[in-house]
Amino acid sequence: MKIVVCVKQVPEVTTVRVNPETGTLIREGVASILNPFCEYALDLAVRLKAGGTGIDITAVTMGPPQAEAALMRCLELGADRAVLVSDRKFAGADTWATALTLAAVIRRAVPGFDLILVGKQAIDGDTAQVGPEVAEILGLPQIMYGVELTLTPNRRRVRVTRECETGHEVLEARLPALVSASKGEALRRMPSLADVLAARGRPIEKVTAADLDLTEAELGLSGSFTQVVKVFPPAPKEGSRKVEGLEPAAAAREIAAFLRLEGFL
Amino acid sequence: MLKIDLKTCNLCGLCEKSCPFGAIAAGGEAVEVDERCTLCGACVNVCPQAALSIARRKASAEELAGYRGVFVWAECEENAGRLIPRRVVRELITHGRRLADRLGQKLKAVALGDGRMAGLESLCHQGADQVIVCRHDLLGRYSTDGFTTALAAVVAKEKPAVILFGATPDGRDLAPRVAARLRLGLTADCTGLEIDDQGQLVQTRPAFGGNIMASIVTPYTRPQAATVRPNVFPAAAPDPGRPVAIVDFPVTLSKASIRTRVVEEIPAPEQGEKIEEARILVSAGRGCGEASNLDLVRSLARRLGGAMAGSRAIVELGWIPHTLQVGQSGTTVGPDLYVAVGISGAVQHVVGMSSSKKIIAINKDPDAPIFKVADLGIVGDAAAILPKLLAELKTAAA
Repeated sequence: MKIVVCVKQVPEVTTVRVNPETGTLIREGVASILNPFCEYALDLAVRLKAGGTGIDITAVTMGPPQAEAALMRCLELGADRAVLVSDRKFAGADTWATALTLAAVIRRAVPGFDLILVGKQAIDGDTAQVGPEVAEILGLPQIMYGVELTLTPNRRRVRVTRECETGHEVLEARLPALVSASKGEALRRMPSLADVLAARGRPIEKVTAADLDLTEAELGLSGSFTQVVKVFPPAPKEGSRKVEGLEPAAAAREIAAFLRLEGFL
Repeated sequence: MLKIDLKTCNLCGLCEKSCPFGAIAAGGEAVEVDERCTLCGACVNVCPQAALSIARRKASAEELAGYRGVFVWAECEENAGRLIPRRVVRELITHGRRLADRLGQKLKAVALGDGRMAGLESLCHQGADQVIVCRHDLLGRYSTDGFTTALAAVVAKEKPAVILFGATPDGRDLAPRVAARLRLGLTADCTGLEIDDQGQLVQTRPAFGGNIMASIVTPYTRPQAATVRPNVFPAAAPDPGRPVAIVDFPVTLSKASIRTRVVEEIPAPEQGEKIEEARILVSAGRGCGEASNLDLVRSLARRLGGAMAGSRAIVELGWIPHTLQVGQSGTTVGPDLYVAVGISGAVQHVVGMSSSKKIIAINKDPDAPIFKVADLGIVGDAAAILPKLLAELKTAAA
């Protein structure tokens, strides 16, 4: 059984700079981590693997060469293979171009895959679009916001407990399918020293634009349907007031006065 | 146009079953497509042989001009046995009306559901020129496959210039599927939508947890698709005098084309008012100290006639269920009053509540980022202040 986990490396701190010419984000020089929701997706895969035999996990990421660090962490946490999709030609890709590239990579690097796991969103862009777009391009059913995942005994279907607005619900889909991971019971684990050492020996496979069955016009900025035309800082709040050093009773009177003034009492 | 590779096609007939317009006939030795085909892509998605493809290219200005009108997906929710449009739909129609007027085009709402749909005329009262209704038994409950097929069919046939989705859980599930099926650009979680001088939709959204704003256009593909978080645009008061126009859009769907099924529902314990719709929210964070102090927060919410919510931190501590979580990975709220009790205000939280009309923040740390968005910031210990505040409000009531 082949599981693909798509992951993304994201900046740890949200200190962002912008390239004034292209309007795209400058990611160099900012400390990076594996996106937490991607880590939960990997955790779901690792739990499946712990509960059954013959399960092979491939972590895939598209990003600059330094995204290798995120893949290294995936190997430490239990992925069997890691694929780095990196090429200058991929730069500036919007969610559509990213999804088209990832789908082509998955077809090529993991033919006959059974399950694709993704994080429900990345904490930098927050679009939550790449997963469903990959599923649509590959013609797969999808279940979003999963927190628990099991396979039916014949491994033909996946059963996912997922968050919904009324609480949780359990959905089933036949495989192959794509599932996105929310927080749930998943953990951001610390790999053991043995895991770290074992991961070091394993190669990271590299995929470039030349390896894919896509034209240059489909890649990166030129393959993107959306274009960033302007980037600017958000407007600061006006009329903000901060009160310090009050006794609790005085603070309470201050709040009550505000509530009365604004008509909430 | 739709291309069929007869060398790889094995005449299995799934494409015929998948077509919402009945435009495909697979029989004998060939697959034939007639003029009813709208290039919605439903068949391409189901073909096990990958024998079907649609050649799409970036369109010229004349082709783009052929796309007219602003569409809003009128997401419905269950309410006392009926399916009625959600509140975010009213917000999108209010703003969509402005966009349509600026373009000099029509505003249409698209409602998908079964026979239980009701209150659709309210969408016209809100500002829509027309409601397009897909009624089908298989649309009675949201499914990615069923809704994608039906909505892509409507969009491919009607060719709007803009389509807007509420960034609700199902909206975020559906919009990227429809966009990918029709090869459309899609912008997530827009907080601003304007029409520029060229008639393009300029979509503004926060990125990096709200640290920067980006304006985005979709130059080559139509419709221009965007999702919008609930509570970002205010809903106007409906005008019952507006004319009502509701038209049916028939689609055929098969049970087999919906590849997920619900096996079990596990509702969270009843929490009363939905936080997304509450007028007043009192929201608790880790700074409340311990779970028992949530009773104070709950009492304050009750006293103010509002609901209780919380930050991701206390959801992770297990103090409240995720359905009450405000923020980026929870619910976006925009009440008249938001009281942040012991919430430091990480950007992920702030993007989920900064459109609240008035914000009060109580926090021990004078440098907590929540104070940047608060109208009234109180530096102090919430656990000490809340009992005094409740007492103060009791006297006020007496």
